[in-house]
Amino acid sequence: MRNALRRVIPQLVTLAALVALISVFFPDVLRIEVMDGRLVGPVMDILKRGAPVGLLAIGMTLVIATRGIDLSVGTVMAITGAVAAWSITQGYGLGGALVLALLAGVAAGLWNGTLVAIAGIQPIVATLILMTSGRGIAQLVTEGRILTFSHEGLAFFGSGTLLGVPVPAVLWGATAIGVALLMTRTALGMLIEAVGVNRSAASLAGANARVLIVAVYVTSGLCAALAGIVATADIRGADANNAGLWLELDAILAVVIGGNSLLGGRFSIAASVLGALIIQTVDTGILLAGFPSDYNLVIKAGLVLLILVVQSPNLAHRWYALRRTAREQRKAAMTSAKEPGE
Amino acid sequence: MLLTTRSLTKTFPGAKALDSVDFGLAAGEVHALLGENGAGKSTLIKCLTGAYTRDSGDIALDGAPISPRSTSEAQELGIGTVYQEINLLPNLTVAQNLTFGREPTRFGMVDGHAQRRRAETMLEGYGIDIDVSRDLAAYSVAVRQIVAIARAVALSGKVLILDEPTASLDAREVATLFNVLRGLRDRGLGIVFVSHFLDQVFELTDRVTVLRNGRKVVTENTADLDRVRLIEHMLGHALEDEVSTRARTGGATARPDLLRFEGYGRPGRIEPFDLSVGKGEVLGLAGLLGSGRTESAELMFGVTPAQTGAATDAGGMLDLSSPRAAIAAGFGFAPEERKEDGIVADLSVRENIVLALQARRGWARPIPRAEQLRLAQMYIDRLDIRTSGPEQPVGDLSGGNQQKVVLARWLAMTPRFLILDEPTRGIDVGAHAEILRLIRHLAADGMSILVISSELDELIAVADRVIVVRDRRHVAELAGADITSDTIVRAIAAPDAKPTEAAQ
Ligand SMILES: Nc1ncnc2c1ncn2[C@@H]1O[C@H](COP(=O)(O)OP(=O)(O)OP(=O)(O)O)[C@@H](O)[C@H]1O
Ligand SMILES: [Mg+2]
Repeated sequence: MRNALRRVIPQLVTLAALVALISVFFPDVLRIEVMDGRLVGPVMDILKRGAPVGLLAIGMTLVIATRGIDLSVGTVMAITGAVAAWSITQGYGLGGALVLALLAGVAAGLWNGTLVAIAGIQPIVATLILMTSGRGIAQLVTEGRILTFSHEGLAFFGSGTLLGVPVPAVLWGATAIGVALLMTRTALGMLIEAVGVNRSAASLAGANARVLIVAVYVTSGLCAALAGIVATADIRGADANNAGLWLELDAILAVVIGGNSLLGGRFSIAASVLGALIIQTVDTGILLAGFPSDYNLVIKAGLVLLILVVQSPNLAHRWYALRRTAREQRKAAMTSAKEPGE
Repeated sequence: MLLTTRSLTKTFPGAKALDSVDFGLAAGEVHALLGENGAGKSTLIKCLTGAYTRDSGDIALDGAPISPRSTSEAQELGIGTVYQEINLLPNLTVAQNLTFGREPTRFGMVDGHAQRRRAETMLEGYGIDIDVSRDLAAYSVAVRQIVAIARAVALSGKVLILDEPTASLDAREVATLFNVLRGLRDRGLGIVFVSHFLDQVFELTDRVTVLRNGRKVVTENTADLDRVRLIEHMLGHALEDEVSTRARTGGATARPDLLRFEGYGRPGRIEPFDLSVGKGEVLGLAGLLGSGRTESAELMFGVTPAQTGAATDAGGMLDLSSPRAAIAAGFGFAPEERKEDGIVADLSVRENIVLALQARRGWARPIPRAEQLRLAQMYIDRLDIRTSGPEQPVGDLSGGNQQKVVLARWLAMTPRFLILDEPTRGIDVGAHAEILRLIRHLAADGMSILVISSELDELIAVADRVIVVRDRRHVAELAGADITSDTIVRAIAAPDAKPTEAAQ
C-alpha cells in the first residue's frame, strides 16, 4: 500500500502543481457547489469530461504492460456508441443496448487479441487495421448519419448524477478500482508483467501467454465500450465520424504520463488514471484561464512535454547523483578540514 | 602498467559492489579476474569501460588518466570488451554485427560486398564456418559468443576484456579461442579474462586478481598459486569436497521406471530416440554444442512438440504438446539461455522464484504473500543467492546469481522429472559443488533429473547414466563404471564407432 502510494507521487505532485498554476488565472478551480442536489464546479467538470480518456487509459495500461499497444480504442468507442444508439432506437431497451455495446467491445478486443497473440502480428499494425476500418463499421450501423435518440435511461450514463457525482466520473472511478483490485488481489498483475517483460521465459514457466494477451485486448475493448457508451449518452446521439476521434493518443499519453514504460512490464493503473486526470486538467485549465482557444493545442503540447521531462527517471537519476556528489564533497571537505595532517 | 585503477568504488542501492579496488593490467599479459558470484567482477569491467559511472577512483591507460563515458568511447581508446550478457543485435546479419559502427562504405553507402569480406576475415582463425550474410539469430549461443569476441578483438588496440567468454563454449572452441588470445598477448595486448573454470585460468593466464565482496583480495602470478590456495582466496575459506566423488553402485541398480519415451523425435531437430527414466535417477546428456542436446530437452518439455513417438508413464500416455502440458505432467525445465528464456529481469527475485508455481495454480489463486516470501527466502539461503533482498529486481543480480534464481524457480515446483540445461553455467566453484550435491540429494528423495552439460566432470559427478548425442542422434549410452571422461569423449568424437544403441 505504501509502495503503491510512493509510485504515484510524481503524478500527484504534477496534478497539484497544475491546479496551483490554474488558480493563478482562475482562483476558483477547487470550488465545489451544490446545485439541485448535484455537485458542480471545475473539479466535477474535469472528472466528467476526463471519463472517456480515463476509461481508455485503464485498458491501455494493461495492453502496454504486455509490450503491446491498442490504436483502435477511439474507433471502438465510435462503434460501441453507434451500437448503443442503434439498439435504443430499435427498441431493445436500456439493458439490451448496454449488453450489445459491451459485446461489440469484447468482439473488437477478441479480434485485436487474436491478431496479436495467435497470428503474431505486431500490435501497432494489428490494431491499426481496426482503427482505420472500424469507423466504416460504425457508419454502417448509423447508416451514415448522426443517430440521435431520446432515452433518459441511456442519457443518464452521460449526464446523470449518482449521489451528486456525475455518472461518467463514477463509472471511471469504479472501473479503475475494480481493475486495479483484480490485478493486485489475484496473480493476474504479476503474470501480465512477466509476459510483457519476457514472453519466452514466462511461457516456459507455464504462464498462458496467449490467453493473457487476448484477455488484455478484450479488457481494452470493454473499457472502450464503456467510454463509447458515456460519449454517446452525453450527446444523446452517435457520431460515427467524430466519436472518440484521436482519443487513443490521449489514452497512450495518459499511460506515459503515469510513468508506465512503453516497453512493457511493471504497470500502475492508478498512475495511468492520474495521467488521464492530468491531461483533462490541462485541457480544462486552458479554457478556464481564458486563453483564446487557438492556443489550446500549443499550450497543451508544451505542458505535456514539460511534465514528461520533469518526470523522466533519467532526470531524477541525474538529480540524485548530483546531490550525492555534492554531499560527498561536503563530507570530504569537512573531514579534510578536521584532519589537516592527513 | 598498461591499464590501472586506483581505489575504484561503486555503490548500488543496497550493495557496495566495488570498494577501493586497485587493479593493474600489464601489456602482453593475460590477467584473470576471479571471485565468487556477485564479487564485483562484471561491475569492475563495466566501470572500466564506462558502462557504469564509478562513484570515485581513478583509471589510467598508459599512465594517462581516462574516463570513458560509454563503451564506444572506450573502444576509441583501444579497449574492446565482451560483456557477460552479450549485446549484439540478433536481427542484423553476422556481417552487420561484426562491422557495426565501422561499416565499409562506397560512394557514401554501405558496401555489402566489402562488409561480408571484412566479416569473413575477422572470423578467420576461430574455426567456425558460418554464412555471415545470415541473421545472427539463426545461430547458437556459442557462435554468437565467438562473433562478439571477434568483434571486440578487432576493436581492441590495447586492451581486450572478456567477461566469461567460455561459459557457453565447448572444449574445442575454447582451445581455438585460447590460440587467438595467446597470439594477441604476444602482440602486446593486455587481456582481462573472467572465468569460473579454474583449469582454464591455470592454462591461459599469467597473473590472477581475486575479488571478494567488492574488495581486492590479492594479485599474484598464476604460476605461484595452486588450485586450493586460489579457491581459498575466492571463498575466504577452504572448499571441502569440490566435486563430490561418490561410490558407484555398479552398472544396473534396478530402479522402477518413471517415464518412457519411445521413438520420440521431430524431423529436422532430433532423430527419434528411445529413453527410459528411472525414478530417482540422474541422467546425463553429453555432446557438442549443436549436437541435439537442447533439442532433445525441448522436445521432452513440449517447447517444440514431438512429431513421432510417444511418452508414457505408469498411468499411460502423456500429453507433452506444450510447456504447460509438460508442467501439468509433472515436468520442469531450466533452459540454457538464462537471459532470453530464464529470468524476467524487471520482476523481483521473489516473483521470479514463484512464477512457475503461480502459473500452475492459476491466476485466480494467488500464492499468499507470506508464503511467497518464505519460499524466496528459503532458496536465497539454500542456493546462497547474493541479493539485497527478495524484492530486488533479478536483472540487477550478477550473472551467476541470476542463474541460481532460475534454478530456484524449478526446485520450488518439486517436479517429478526435472530437465536442467547447463545448470551451472556462470556459477562459481563454491556454488557449483553445492548445486551438484543438491542434484544428488533431490534424486535420492525420488526426483528424476536430466542434466545437460558441456562439463564432463559434472556429468561424471552426478549422473547414473549418460546419453551421448551426436549429429542430432542419441548415439550411445553409458552406465555405472563406464562413465569416465575418456569413454564420453570417445563416444562424442567417434563418427564411425558402432552406436551402442540407446534402445535395448
Ligand atoms: N545494476 C545493478 N543494480 C544493483 N545492484 C547491482 C547491479 N549490478 C550489479 N549489482 C550488484 O553488485 C554486486 C556485484 O555484481 P557483479 O555483476 O559485478 O558480480 P560478478 O562478480 O560479475 O558475479 P558473477 O560471477 O555472478 O557474474 C552484486 O551483489 C550485484 O547484486
Ligand atoms: Mg559477472
